[in-house]
Amino acid sequence: MGSILIINIVRFIIVILLQVALFKNMGYYNIATIYPYIFFIFLLPIGLPNLVLFLVSFLTGLAVDAFYDSAGVHASACVGLALFRIFFHKITLEVDLKESFNTPSLGLMGTKWFLSYVFFGTFVHHFFLFLIEAFTFSNFMYTLASSILSSIFTTCVILLMSLLVYKRKSRIGNI
Amino acid sequence: MRNLWLFLIRYNAIFWFILFFVTSIILVVRHNNFQRSSFISSSNVVIGSYYQQVNSWKSYLSLHETNEELAAENGALRQQIQNLLQVDTTADTIRIIDSIEQGRYAFIVANVANNSVHKKNNYLTLDKGSADGIEKGMGVITSNGVVGVILQTSAHFSSVQSLLHPDTRVSVVLDSTGVIGSLVWGNSIDHRYGVVRDIPNHVQVEKDEKVYTSGFSLFPAGIQVGKIMETGVSSGESFLDLKIELSTNFSNLHHVYVVKDLLIREKEELEADSQDNG
Repeated sequence: MGSILIINIVRFIIVILLQVALFKNMGYYNIATIYPYIFFIFLLPIGLPNLVLFLVSFLTGLAVDAFYDSAGVHASACVGLALFRIFFHKITLEVDLKESFNTPSLGLMGTKWFLSYVFFGTFVHHFFLFLIEAFTFSNFMYTLASSILSSIFTTCVILLMSLLVYKRKSRIGNI
Repeated sequence: MRNLWLFLIRYNAIFWFILFFVTSIILVVRHNNFQRSSFISSSNVVIGSYYQQVNSWKSYLSLHETNEELAAENGALRQQIQNLLQVDTTADTIRIIDSIEQGRYAFIVANVANNSVHKKNNYLTLDKGSADGIEKGMGVITSNGVVGVILQTSAHFSSVQSLLHPDTRVSVVLDSTGVIGSLVWGNSIDHRYGVVRDIPNHVQVEKDEKVYTSGFSLFPAGIQVGKIMETGVSSGESFLDLKIELSTNFSNLHHVYVVKDLLIREKEELEADSQDNG
């Protein structure tokens, strides 16, 4: 329990530092930008109570907002991602896994599950993010296109990051 | 009560989501200027559009008379200004004996009957024609800038080659240095901006400097054309290109003044003579 807390705190710091120092400067013009810091929210323990999950996501978003000078934009997108995470876990996970405190990593959950988890979650986050950044429904197609392209970009980076720390310990069989 | 409690527990994710999302949206709206202004403006849209509707109905009652009066008054005032300018600029050097220069320009008020700003070659149509004394080649101005040149006239209409046309050139002068250049549309895309060409490279140009007509072409001197936006646009030659913001609002033109130069024949004849000799 304590080790999970420490691991997550370390992960939080690393991910935020990477985001504001490295990934903030990357992007394809204004069309695709990457926000891999949400990897931290993806990897929070599965059995986390909803309130804690929302709180942590909100604070993660606020921390990134502080560096991006955009109070609330990333926070709201992260809260949206947290809601998606809850639904996705509710739909796809078995009961015993749902109550455990495991980290939903690539090694544990298998490629197929992890890929769809990350991609759709990233898309939800980016869609919220770009919509709130634009704060209008005009140019909706542009918002949609840039959130799709950015989610592809971010998903690739998150996959690379999770392959870097890949550790095979499958519990639910190799899918 | 128990059912309500169960309901809240069952869907707690949604309620937490709503709580946190609203909090962060409030943060966004309160702390970001762009989102705040768009939030306020969209809530003002509802109230504002109501008042706008009421006002537009009210103003229709007297719209026509008001427009006519204002346009006529503007024409008279512009003629007065032109007279005053000519007296002022020459007063400290020469006493005016002959007042012929004072009456050099007359202004004919016209309404815009048709207008385009989005094409590559833009033209306007005015509702006055040769019956009102408009001739081919006269300049057209509006209360705050240059519009174009009369291209053709019929009895009651005339077409204007707008400044937003690649062939239109207007001689202009920079406010501080007095250097003469020629104004063209240049970019052929945006009707708010134009380009001043042929300014020599050594001239120091300030940003936000005003640009006026020089008085060498069809237009009286001293009409504001716009102000300088960018100075660094180089065409690669020994001349500077200056991007200027046009003071004429081409997308919203209603009343224009056709400039009638009463001495144009004399000037043209003299210039033709000197070219023959040379």
